[in-house]
Amino acid sequence: MAAKKDYILFDKDTQAFIYNMQTNAVQRMLDFDFVAGRKTPSVAAIINPTGSDGFQKFFFGPKEILVPVYKLMKTATVNHKNVDVMINFASFRSAAATTEEAFTYPQLRTVVIIAEGVPERRMRELIAKAKQLNKVIIGPATVGGIVAGAFKIGNTGGTIENIMDSKLHRPGSVGFVSKSGGLSNEAYNIVSQNTDGLYEGIAIGGDRYPGTTLLDHLLRFEKNPDIKMLVCLGEVGGSDEYTIVDALKKKQLTKPLIMWVTGTCSKAFKTEVQFGHAGAKAGSDAETADAKNAALKAAGAVVPNSFDDYGEKIGMVYKDLVKKKIIVPRPEPPAVKVPMDYNAAIKAKVVRRPANFISTISDDRGEELLYGSMPISEVFKKDIGIGGVLSILWFKRLLPDYATKFIEMAVMVTADHGPAVSGAHNTIVATRAGKDLISSLVSGMLTIGPRFGGAIDGAAQMFSEAYDAGKTPAQFVNDMKQKGVNIQGIGHLVKSIHNPDMRVTIISGYAKKHFKSTPLLDYAREVEKITTSKRDNLILNVDGCIGICFVDLLRSELGTKEADEYIKMGALNGLFVLGRSIGLIGHYLDQKRLKQGLYRHPWDDIAYMLPEK
Amino acid sequence: MAQKAIREADGKRMIARLLKEYTNGTYTIADRFVTVGPDTDVKKLPTKYSWLAKEKLVVKPDQLIKRRGKSKLLLLNADWKDAEQWIKGRMSKPVTVGTVTGILDHFIVEPFVPHAETDEYYLAILSKREGDEILFHHQGGINVGDIDAKAARLMVPIGTSPTAADIQRQLLGNVPKERRELIAGFIEGMFKFYADLNYTYLEINPFVVTGNKIVPLDLAAKLDDTAEFVSGKKWGGIEFPSPFGRMLTKEEAYIKDLDSKTGASLKLTVLNPDARVWTMVAGGGASVIYADTITDLGFMGEMANYGEYSGDPNEEFTYLYAKTILDLMTRKKHPKGKFLLIGGGIANFTDVANTFKGIVRALKEYQKKLQDTNVKIFVRRGGPNYKEGLRVMRELGEQLGVPIEVYGPETHMTKIVSMALKGGK
Repeated sequence: MAAKKDYILFDKDTQAFIYNMQTNAVQRMLDFDFVAGRKTPSVAAIINPTGSDGFQKFFFGPKEILVPVYKLMKTATVNHKNVDVMINFASFRSAAATTEEAFTYPQLRTVVIIAEGVPERRMRELIAKAKQLNKVIIGPATVGGIVAGAFKIGNTGGTIENIMDSKLHRPGSVGFVSKSGGLSNEAYNIVSQNTDGLYEGIAIGGDRYPGTTLLDHLLRFEKNPDIKMLVCLGEVGGSDEYTIVDALKKKQLTKPLIMWVTGTCSKAFKTEVQFGHAGAKAGSDAETADAKNAALKAAGAVVPNSFDDYGEKIGMVYKDLVKKKIIVPRPEPPAVKVPMDYNAAIKAKVVRRPANFISTISDDRGEELLYGSMPISEVFKKDIGIGGVLSILWFKRLLPDYATKFIEMAVMVTADHGPAVSGAHNTIVATRAGKDLISSLVSGMLTIGPRFGGAIDGAAQMFSEAYDAGKTPAQFVNDMKQKGVNIQGIGHLVKSIHNPDMRVTIISGYAKKHFKSTPLLDYAREVEKITTSKRDNLILNVDGCIGICFVDLLRSELGTKEADEYIKMGALNGLFVLGRSIGLIGHYLDQKRLKQGLYRHPWDDIAYMLPEK
Repeated sequence: MAQKAIREADGKRMIARLLKEYTNGTYTIADRFVTVGPDTDVKKLPTKYSWLAKEKLVVKPDQLIKRRGKSKLLLLNADWKDAEQWIKGRMSKPVTVGTVTGILDHFIVEPFVPHAETDEYYLAILSKREGDEILFHHQGGINVGDIDAKAARLMVPIGTSPTAADIQRQLLGNVPKERRELIAGFIEGMFKFYADLNYTYLEINPFVVTGNKIVPLDLAAKLDDTAEFVSGKKWGGIEFPSPFGRMLTKEEAYIKDLDSKTGASLKLTVLNPDARVWTMVAGGGASVIYADTITDLGFMGEMANYGEYSGDPNEEFTYLYAKTILDLMTRKKHPKGKFLLIGGGIANFTDVANTFKGIVRALKEYQKKLQDTNVKIFVRRGGPNYKEGLRVMRELGEQLGVPIEVYGPETHMTKIVSMALKGGK
């Protein structure tokens, strides 16, 4: 690679490191690269001190590319020897230290400091160091700058539309420098309207001690044969502008310079005023904008009467240079368009896309989480309880209090049934094998099915089918007997008609008392009368009772059709799963707490009956 | 975010607390500087600071006023009773210094140090791009005169410290021999103090030498407030007072309060509430240029306010900001009517249509008053989504029956100023 001329900081081949993960700024640089017709992206790598080495995906025009990410600046420099610019997005706390680090790598010549609020003393130390090591600092407190059609620092120039409108995608003849970054878009717009466009624009930053001064850049522009005229925007405070006056007098600046110093309004203020920038305060008469404008005019700069004719004066000088053939206007290159970002296109309502997913039960995008249409604050204000939340998320409506209370009762009743049942047993075994909570819980949960815990669902289906088909309880019992199928929800190991299960008593009692009607429960009781006449433990058990009552509840609240759909989907199984998870987690915690070791089933409890040899 | 002046008492207390650290304990200055503010319980002070009742005292306002002696804002050689009376007679009362009138609300009380005029010395340290400059003069005090011409100077390159020998040689040529070592050591320590605490300006005029003691009598200083994260602990809990005379109006105080509640920036200075030209400009740089242009076109007297909003304030804040300005400008009628300039440059990434939402809301609310006050509105703005923003503004003009002229980036940023003030292009 041919060495850059000393007055060139950025050209069409310049590649930079971005310090800190600034994905938006990087994408904006790459978009500029695309419209400027760069062959290589202007960002070689990102240095992300809080991350790890890897890659980050970006668009380069319509294509996607990978930009390397390094944790250490050192690794970045080793892997990208051609990079000589670092755009430093470190915060004001660490901007100085990271810039100092960049100085230790000979290949890094230019550092742009974006942060505002770098302590002045630290900045002055850096300036002295930069001078000694022949480095260039742009900033701090700046948006950066741009070389039209070649290289764009970070967020300079605003949106890609503005970059095209201000013709920053191809070079012109004007070298522009200002303190303010906020006004640089405006300045580039003025330049593009009144001349053949910008060649290079730099915002040195609003601090009292910028790394490079207005004059530093003007002298650089003076040396650059492609820059034909200089435009500068100074401001009240400091004495930087007087160094320009001196350079004009000493003929160090010979190209036409159009310059305006802002802050002429400070005389309208009675007390000392600090405008936006740290440096923008007149400490003495010489630091006022009026004095500076007068001195510049006297030294030969083209100074407008006010900012109002800044553009006209720039245009006047430009026309004169064209007339003198110093500037020969070039034909406009064909404009390249960056594809619109999908999000921007959505916002602008120019594209649409069918969604892959639909959700009708909750929404986390707004100010507050919504369950259905109910904000989470309302959930607590109305105290709808876990039953209310469940009814919204499962059945898409808030059921009446008696119903949500019943849901809670069902959860409470099914929460656990001791360590010996197969689900809990499996959870315990998995826990003792050293598995984590989720694995142990799932181990128990996966046991739930037709024989364990599935009776709620099964009973609900069997009983409602029979009832809906108009079978009498006797017909139902006979039918099942002929098919040789056990009636789900009937029968208990120890409880009997004489020794009723308290859980069933509570649940059916509640249903009888509060439900609008209980046809299926009544039907089941009739069935129970027949079965218990055969054996006294063939009672309506707790699973059957919950399942059947639930059908009664859902049918009266949702109508038969909708209720049956939920039952078919397995909503009742869900109820058991939900309730029993409480118990399974309890068993997991219990075993962990007791520090129980690996369980191994004893040999003597297994009948080994292998085929004889 | 810049160099900020501090109170004299804060500066002196900092020296008293820390100078010994920077001089290996050889220089000690007693911490006998008391601040009396509007909420200070003056009666309790002599119990807290027993020397107040025992010694002769000096009292001065401590709120960034220059040349207090010449403005008769100085009480010398007084006892506590007199000092208390003197403060009581001035506290919370207006006083005019030069052209600026402000309310007195902070005083410093310290021991009166009897000395001869030949004991007074001038010392200043200033920060420049290349380093820090020490200015010294062997005659200090009120009548020091043109110090820029008289002072001996020592430029200290950034990152270095001067030795006592450097200081003696370069600065103290006119000081009696027997005092040179004492003063050189003091300046050496003060320089380290200055650099380590991120001062950006420090003037002690005078400090006096009595026996082998040095006492700073009058001090003015500025700190680099961006260095708060480095030096804040050593500064102690200090506040940066507003310049003397900057009395905020109710509306200015309200906007300042709003400003402190948002990450965005909202600024308002009312220059002349009866004037005709009001501005509501986006961006710090642009707002200065609008004010400049009003001034440069010869309408300084017509400029009612200076202010800016930037950093993407949300709709509510923009609305409240706009409402405050609309309220101020429609309180009184002017026979020739009034102008509102809603200006700004080309925004970087702020959605222009969005930022206009709050302003539109406020304008709608003030429709009647705007009509009654005969307000004409000019809008100029560019940036993301500006076309939509400008369209909304144009439509609003038709709805409101208030004349609104709307321009985008094709029109020079400040053109609306001359359009309004000169009645045309």
